[in-house]
Amino acid sequence: MYASLVPTSAEMIRFLPELILTVVATLFMVLDPLLGRQSRHVYGHFSILALLGAMAAAVYVYRDPGAAFSGMLMVDGFATFFRVVVIGVGILTVLPSYRYLDREDAETGEYHALLLFSIVGQCVMVTANELIMIFIGLEISSIASYVLAGYLRDDRRANEAALKYFLLGSFATAFFLYGVALIYGMTGSTNLATVRRAILGGSLGSAPIFIGVAAALMFVGLGFKVSGAPFQIWAPDVYQGAPTPVAAFLSAGPKAAAFAIFLRIFLTAFQPIGPGWEPLVWVSALASMTLGNFAALTQSNIKRLLAYSSIAHAGYVLVALAARSNVGTAAAMFYMAAYAFMNIGAFAVVSHLSGKGERYLKVEDFAGLGAKQPGTAALLSIFLLSLIGVPLTGGFFGKFYIFKAALDSHLVWLTVLGLLNSAVAAYYYLRILVMMYMREPGEAASRIQPLTPGLRAALVLPALGTLVLGIFPGWVLDFAGRSSVFVR
Amino acid sequence: MQTVLQHPLFTPILVTLVIVAVFPLLAGYIVLVERKVLADFQVRLGPMRVGPHGLLQPIADALKLLLKEDIIPADADRSIFWLAPVISTFTALTAFSVIPFSKTIYVADVNVGILVISAMSAVGILGIILGGWASNSHYPLLGALRSAAQLVSYEVALAFALLSGLMVAGTLSLQGIVQAQMQRGIWFVFSNYGFMIVPFVVYMIAATAETNRAPFDLPEAESELVAGFHTEYSGFRWALYFLAEYANIFVVASVAVTLFWGGWLRPFPSVKWLALLDYLVPLLVFAGSGAASLVLVKRLKDPLQQKVLVGAALLLVVAGLVYVIPAVNAAAIGPFWFLFKVSLVIYLMIWFRGTFPRFRYDQLMDIGWKWMIPIGMGAIVVNAALGMLPPR
Amino acid sequence: MLMDTILFYLFAALVLGGGILTITRRNAVHSAIFLILSLLGVAGLYLLQSAEFLFAVQIVLYVGGIMVLFLFVIMLVNLDQAAKEKQFNRQWTVALACAGLVGAEIFYFLAKGAGAFQLAKGTAEANTGMGNTERLADALFSQYLLPFEIASLLLLVAVVGSVVMAKKRI
Repeated sequence: MYASLVPTSAEMIRFLPELILTVVATLFMVLDPLLGRQSRHVYGHFSILALLGAMAAAVYVYRDPGAAFSGMLMVDGFATFFRVVVIGVGILTVLPSYRYLDREDAETGEYHALLLFSIVGQCVMVTANELIMIFIGLEISSIASYVLAGYLRDDRRANEAALKYFLLGSFATAFFLYGVALIYGMTGSTNLATVRRAILGGSLGSAPIFIGVAAALMFVGLGFKVSGAPFQIWAPDVYQGAPTPVAAFLSAGPKAAAFAIFLRIFLTAFQPIGPGWEPLVWVSALASMTLGNFAALTQSNIKRLLAYSSIAHAGYVLVALAARSNVGTAAAMFYMAAYAFMNIGAFAVVSHLSGKGERYLKVEDFAGLGAKQPGTAALLSIFLLSLIGVPLTGGFFGKFYIFKAALDSHLVWLTVLGLLNSAVAAYYYLRILVMMYMREPGEAASRIQPLTPGLRAALVLPALGTLVLGIFPGWVLDFAGRSSVFVR
Repeated sequence: MQTVLQHPLFTPILVTLVIVAVFPLLAGYIVLVERKVLADFQVRLGPMRVGPHGLLQPIADALKLLLKEDIIPADADRSIFWLAPVISTFTALTAFSVIPFSKTIYVADVNVGILVISAMSAVGILGIILGGWASNSHYPLLGALRSAAQLVSYEVALAFALLSGLMVAGTLSLQGIVQAQMQRGIWFVFSNYGFMIVPFVVYMIAATAETNRAPFDLPEAESELVAGFHTEYSGFRWALYFLAEYANIFVVASVAVTLFWGGWLRPFPSVKWLALLDYLVPLLVFAGSGAASLVLVKRLKDPLQQKVLVGAALLLVVAGLVYVIPAVNAAAIGPFWFLFKVSLVIYLMIWFRGTFPRFRYDQLMDIGWKWMIPIGMGAIVVNAALGMLPPR
Repeated sequence: MLMDTILFYLFAALVLGGGILTITRRNAVHSAIFLILSLLGVAGLYLLQSAEFLFAVQIVLYVGGIMVLFLFVIMLVNLDQAAKEKQFNRQWTVALACAGLVGAEIFYFLAKGAGAFQLAKGTAEANTGMGNTERLADALFSQYLLPFEIASLLLLVAVVGSVVMAKKRI
């Protein structure tokens, strides 16, 4: 009887990326007391190896897609795409962290262990096909992120960031969980496909209102995780207080995973009640774009500026969700990949420039960077242009496909307002460019250190990624288009 | 009358009444045994004045406690001060309700029996903490904090040890556990190729800590904390704590016997001809000890005490002889084996107290977290692996 | 049946009364005790649903584990300070509105009766003949194996995280 309960090896292999990361992260905790302080870079090397291995595994297991662990996981194109994205975000976070942790004289073992755990959580989230699994993945990712946000414990801003993130984050998770509970009560299942069937089957009696309530509650929880308005309030404070590589990670990894489950839940289980939740997403998308862009205009702190910009970008992806189509899903997937590259790149430059104790975070501190370190300035220009959405960068095609999908779904007003927003956003990105190239070097630029190999990789790789996505978007987009079909 | 006897609630209520009525007395005698045994370890006589060889000492003690003035400190939180010992006693006695004394003598056969016992011991901690806090005094508070940390730590090790046993048994019901040992014809402490001795040892150590017994009696370390959490308690309230403590000892010993040592089963329950033991051992134990006491009568000087001791010795001999009657034997042999084994385990715990010096606080935590819990976990893994092997 | 009803109301009163007293007592230890009472009431409700395993686990975990640690911390804190604090802060109007909303919801459903809240048929019901514990174990170790196992990772992360945040020197 019990032989049937043992997971088959095919199922275990479908879980391979998570297994690799978990084993390595756990190993760190065993190694930490054994290795001395001299070998503090070992964890970074191992992290990168593990992440590369996990990425290879994620690609490898896609050769044999399917469900695993009695339908808990679903390894399909969508999951594989986001697995690769979040693991890639992990690699791009580890690279600038070498220098950053050295500079701030922080412990490395726990940092990398928590980072890997967080990525495991995100991988679980994007692969999960079941609300309980999604919830556990969300919690693993979130708890590790809370701690990472406050990793510099002697820094008051970091403490503030961690506390705010933790309190609001737990609150949001509770909303999500209430939604899950309602769904289970109404449909008797937490499997997305079964929930969808139950909603379609109409066997719910008077329940549709509760399904709507559940969808709204989950929208609140997920809206917080993707920092979409009106649940964006935490993002600027957390991004500002968190160590810069962590802020980069938060703005790309957990967000990509949260969008993945957002798309999966709302386009699988709640797809039948789509017309009901579309206005919610519509309003939230518009509010995120507008709020993010206009608030960013007045920011003088570069991390806060990027935080508001990330809120605005969450708004663009929500537009893709509001489109409620496979094209929209594909556009959102492409956008998350492009966004991960350009945003992490931008944060890496900030991390490089800010100096010990993160003293130089003003927009003015970028003055003269173009003259002092032309390479860094050029790379930052690529990221900023991509964030604006200039052609030949990934950001352009991301926005292009999203608005195209929105138009296909007849969301004309949303598209128009979104495009206007992008125009507004150009101002504050260009302000940084102007600062870099047209001002005399200030104190920050004069104290800038040479690039370390890790940082160099952390800047060049995202720049390459941004350009590749901008010049040859077809390959990624094709894959996204093929994998964006949840319900066949 | 017949209908009353056949009523499904008859045995449970009877057993409950007997436990509530007899256990305080039994606890008193466990204390006497403890004092006598410790005295013997230390080459003293122990209580000798009240009754022959101090046999009536518990009764005198109980009278003294009941007649003492009941003091509540002026700044104490009166309601909690009142409530705390009640919690301790209530939970300790409630745990008795799932213990199977024999095939037929038990209050309730709950299918989560072991969990009920851990639940009760978990709630019992509250009695200690709240009592220590409500006294509004330094020593009790320190004792309460120590005990909270200690009990929570060792509960984990205890649970791991229990898990090993439960894996072998395949049920959480205590009666079911004994039945499983009967079916397989082996006491679980010897199963899995004898490896189950490891969880048993972990259990005994953790259980000693859970009951605040020496060498883990830091919550009431008299040399440091006067008397720990119950320093401010007096009279009957203190007696309640005392009762709870000994009830807990009895309960952990019962669980050890039930889970590891075959409960109310005789040794080698599968070997038919050893049913002989059912007659031989009670006869030897009761009649033997009776005969041994008769020898001692001459040494007593007081003629009244001589008479009392002769009476007691004769009672023992009669009890031994009664066990020879097959009908009585069939009904009473279960409780005999059970209580006999429980007494041995309690004796072991007294032995610990007489042998080991008290641990320091950091040593206590070290033992708990760095030794007992890893060993308990390892035992689960090994036992799970051994359990997968085909049965012999 | 009558016994069940009486017990239900008894436990429900414990839960609600304990909950109300938890938030109105000024003394934190008293609050904790009433919270324990409330949790015990929940355990009793589980027992009425013949979910024995949940009953025992509720007591072991909440009363024996979490509340003991709560009390442990409360005892280390200066209570006099807390007792002097105001019981209502500025947001009480918002809270009142929220509570009123929830209250209205409850009364609406009470008025409409059981039909207003149609739950899905439990999937476990078909599987009778096994004890509650066994059924739970079956579900946990077959269908929900992965969430069950990976929840341990969640706990591990929480442990590592709290040590990182709390310990003076890592």
